[in-house]
Amino acid sequence: MRKPPAVLRAWLVQAAILSCGVLGPVALAQAPAADAAPEAAAAAPADAAATSAAPGGAAAPAPGAVDAKEGEGADEVVHWNHWAAGNEINNIGSLQRGARNFVAYCSGCHSLKYSRYSRVGQDLSIPDDQLEQFLVTPGDSKNGYMLTTLSAADGEAWFGKAPPDLSLITRAKGTDYVFQFLKTFYADPNTATGVNNLALPGTAMPHVLAELQGVNAGVFREVEVPAQGDVPASKKAEFIRFEPYVAGRMSEAEYDEFVRDTVNFLDYVGEPAKAKRISMGVWVVLFLLAFSGFAYLLKQEYWKDVK
Amino acid sequence: MATASSNTTPQKGFMGWLNKRLPVNAFLENQLTGYYAPKNLNFWYFFGSLALLVFVLQILTGIFLTMHYKPGEAIAFDSVEYIMREVEYGWLIRYLHSTGASFFFVVVYLHMFRALLYGSYRSPRELLWLLGMFLYLALMAEAFMGYVLPWGNMSYWGAQVIVNLFGTIPVVGPGLVEWIRGDYGIADSTLNRFFALHVIALPFAIALLVALHLVALHETGSNNPDGNDIKDKVGKDGKPVDGIPFHPYYTVKDIVGVGVFLAIFCSVVFFAPTFGGLFLEKPNFEPANPLSTPEHIAPVWYFTAFYAMLRAVPDQQLGALIMLLSILLLFLLPWLDRSPVRSIRYKGILSKIALGTFVVTFIALSYLGLMPADGVYVLLARIFTVLYFAFFLLMPWYTRAEQTKPVPQRVTYHA
Repeated sequence: MRKPPAVLRAWLVQAAILSCGVLGPVALAQAPAADAAPEAAAAAPADAAATSAAPGGAAAPAPGAVDAKEGEGADEVVHWNHWAAGNEINNIGSLQRGARNFVAYCSGCHSLKYSRYSRVGQDLSIPDDQLEQFLVTPGDSKNGYMLTTLSAADGEAWFGKAPPDLSLITRAKGTDYVFQFLKTFYADPNTATGVNNLALPGTAMPHVLAELQGVNAGVFREVEVPAQGDVPASKKAEFIRFEPYVAGRMSEAEYDEFVRDTVNFLDYVGEPAKAKRISMGVWVVLFLLAFSGFAYLLKQEYWKDVK
Repeated sequence: MATASSNTTPQKGFMGWLNKRLPVNAFLENQLTGYYAPKNLNFWYFFGSLALLVFVLQILTGIFLTMHYKPGEAIAFDSVEYIMREVEYGWLIRYLHSTGASFFFVVVYLHMFRALLYGSYRSPRELLWLLGMFLYLALMAEAFMGYVLPWGNMSYWGAQVIVNLFGTIPVVGPGLVEWIRGDYGIADSTLNRFFALHVIALPFAIALLVALHLVALHETGSNNPDGNDIKDKVGKDGKPVDGIPFHPYYTVKDIVGVGVFLAIFCSVVFFAPTFGGLFLEKPNFEPANPLSTPEHIAPVWYFTAFYAMLRAVPDQQLGALIMLLSILLLFLLPWLDRSPVRSIRYKGILSKIALGTFVVTFIALSYLGLMPADGVYVLLARIFTVLYFAFFLLMPWYTRAEQTKPVPQRVTYHA
């Protein structure tokens, strides 16, 4: 696909952010989308391209700036790659919220091509009327698959890469990865979307959840990479921590819960039988242990006469 | 056989009618109730019957998977997800099959270790060992082709690496690789022929070899942990004094083994079917993509020892040769072991050190094959490759050089 002009591209990215991030909750709240959209657009901190263009805020450092501060605490590195999702696959409430989150914020661009709405409703104990009202894309059948209306060609034209299907993302990359990915967006004026990501550097995805999380600035420091073999010494930016740059609607704890629920739902989608598998397994293994016990007694009885 | 059956089988009713036409009772008596096994068979002797159990499990689950799986590069991956989601208990059937593949190798490796431990490959059981080795080869081919079928990205790239090994053969290599693939790359035709081989040709070969393996076993009789021969000491009734009928004694004992094995097996199936990415690798949850190579390609754990040896050699052609030799040497075991005794119990210290080192070596190589091939890993892989070969090549020397202990006439057994 031919790339649209830069101005149009920036606009498309913003439009995508707004359609993914804003239309979702609006639809859930049952407000007419057309009325709410401009208002949200005006207030949305989700406009990541704009934040990156803006000069550094009063207190916050410029996005992507290298930390110059010396002193205690300043160099304490946040190990974001150790963050664990900690989701619970049999927490139905969490799964239901995750499904709502996904439809509100993700399904504008991402499909779950192996999941039928009705199966999700069944597994997650969502009554049919609520399923139709909140999850099923208007005009779709509830027996249909959870497909995005964004075509692959449009996705490629707008983002440079068609947004991937997320059916198996938790199985291919792990739940912790998805959790970390959704939490480590930071402002970066050097990207088309105005944001970058620690878990997936150079991601084509805009920070769709910016209105909830806000936008962080990444604090980095430059470290020397010593020469190794043929590779000459170089410098690289090492992440230290985030600093709030643009505030979002949620506190950090609320956002963590939001992401955890969403990851939980994706964990379920990756393997819909997971909860059933575990609960069934307990009985199977208990039976086999009991069986082995009786089998052992039988063996002892037979072997009594082997001297 | 005819006289044996006429003494023990009822001549009236249905069984009488049947036995006149098919030697059912005679067969059962010959192979089970009249087959005498040493009474001192220990823990290590569970794994033969367990291998048979896993084979049957793989066939049964395989039949049901075949009903829903669709070979073809455009549909294979989706059909596996269809099994995981839409087929009633499809996830269970698939996990039983995928976990079964790994446990097949666990059980077979322990079964082979038992043979190393007690010298079960020694005369007169050389052919029994060779049949077992052919079974192992068939199992490797079966597992490899089965792994390609889900058509995940690791399936694709694993197939790429393994099939390309044949390309290192001088002169015929490149043509041979093309012939195996049926295309210029791993493609639809490759997937389809692997499916045919996986569900028809190789299971047939394995079933035939299992049958021959059992016939050979029942001809020579089982070895035992003392490595002596129970047929040497026969009682007044003509039966070995240290032998007991396989049925009921070993059938009831094997049921205990089956129960414990299934409890462990099902713990993995139900609680950790991917086994931390060891049984089902993460990149295999992404569809095959010729344009995106996984970060590092590693075969499933049961091949990684040989893969580590392949990569330990800087030259690809030589590496493939080393890998081939590492497997071929196993075939020669009956002739490499020159000890006057069979069992490790009566062998000398050198054999014990050698076997202990070999176990550590095999586990270390299996681990190294999973790691990226750089830095200290390559150095370690080279050291362990030398140790692996030393175990076999020095065997004729150390089995003769050491002082062995006298083997008792009767088996060691404490009721």
